[in-house]
Amino acid sequence: MKPQSFAYVATSTVEEAVRALGEAGEDAKVLAGGQSLVPMMNLRLARPSVLVDINPIADLAGVEVGPARLSLGALVRHRSLELGVSPGALGRLLREVAGHVAELPVRVRGSVGGSLAHADPAAEWCLVAVALGAEIELAGPGGRRSLGAEEFLEGPFSTALAADELVVAVHLPLRAGWAYGFAEHALTHGSFAQAGACVGLELLDGVVAGCRIAVMGTSGRAERVPAAEAAATGRPAEAAPDAAAEATRDALAPTGYGEVTSDYLRALAAATVRRATAAAATGTVEAR
Amino acid sequence: MIEVSLEVNGTARALRVEARTTLADALRERLGLTGTHLGCEQGACGACTVLLDGEPVRSCLLFAVQCAGHSVTTVEALASEGLLHPVQRAFHERHALQCGFCTPGFLTLLAGTLDRAVELGTTLEERDLAELVGANLCRCTGYRPILAAARQAAAEMGVWSAPG
Repeated sequence: MKPQSFAYVATSTVEEAVRALGEAGEDAKVLAGGQSLVPMMNLRLARPSVLVDINPIADLAGVEVGPARLSLGALVRHRSLELGVSPGALGRLLREVAGHVAELPVRVRGSVGGSLAHADPAAEWCLVAVALGAEIELAGPGGRRSLGAEEFLEGPFSTALAADELVVAVHLPLRAGWAYGFAEHALTHGSFAQAGACVGLELLDGVVAGCRIAVMGTSGRAERVPAAEAAATGRPAEAAPDAAAEATRDALAPTGYGEVTSDYLRALAAATVRRATAAAATGTVEAR
Repeated sequence: MIEVSLEVNGTARALRVEARTTLADALRERLGLTGTHLGCEQGACGACTVLLDGEPVRSCLLFAVQCAGHSVTTVEALASEGLLHPVQRAFHERHALQCGFCTPGFLTLLAGTLDRAVELGTTLEERDLAELVGANLCRCTGYRPILAAARQAAAEMGVWSAPG
């Protein structure tokens, strides 16, 4: 099918984009990579009257490595992250995760900011943002504001973005001594994952001193699993995967759908937590 | 209607299109480049894959107006000076097509990715090639001859990392 007619506004600065969104009203949409929005438009599930194209905004495509955080512009493509944007444990995690986002031609266009704004419950970047405690930076008519990932992602396909705001960057904390792991289960490579987990571990002399664990697929949005974090903390690295997985299985009560039962989702979540924790426990540690 | 100037297969082209015209429709209906096929029009099948500034993209998920100032390469331009691209020749020699509907998408996907690997100096393993061809749908071949062609082309281009 073909999309409904719309007015197209190409913008070259964030301020221009915000102004265009404000003038266009409620049913305008931001066009970033377009790899979720355009299929919806082709199927006429989305019928925006105005499309504000942010692709020409060069400022949104940058990557900055600061002393305490890695900042990704909203338009950084999945493919760039897959090819590698920064060294160290976090850069390695991003490369690994990016390779699981859809298929290569989709990764060439699709962007990290678009993925966060779309807030698909199976989106890998939403999971990573929650697991790592990312800050999502938004621009609106009143200027910039930042929200923690858990506050930004309100539910399935639902965020704290106002109609005249756009995502401009995601800031990921760089934590010295931390290592990361990711795992997901999808029926075929590149298709939407049924469940997934992202884990950060602070390792001191082979013992888990700090831990962040998030899963996706078990509710309408990526969620941290405090019970699993507590179970892994204080344990030797090699005992952490089983402890975290067991706590995940006990803590979660996901709602099944169709043939995907609640028990199956719990088992998948626990298995991906085990694999992601094991990957973190044996992986690269972030340098100082 | 919006004026768009872009480069298609090495030639500067100017088009007047509606904003909602996808790159795929502009190529097929306005420029007569019907080698690019449209299957699902929702980004799932990959039949419409073309190269945008050398990278494989789904042309059904891109509006023609977004391509102003960019360079597009379609299957029609993979061969140069009468010589098939190594991927095209491998498809021919390995019988990597049956009905042929999906073939232009596979050719652009593989040619774009392997050419880029040559530029980057990277190599692809069996698993990389399997994941790559999984981006597009073929309902005839069962993929084995497509993988055989991909391996042959990658080897010929010096970007194949053979197992063991």
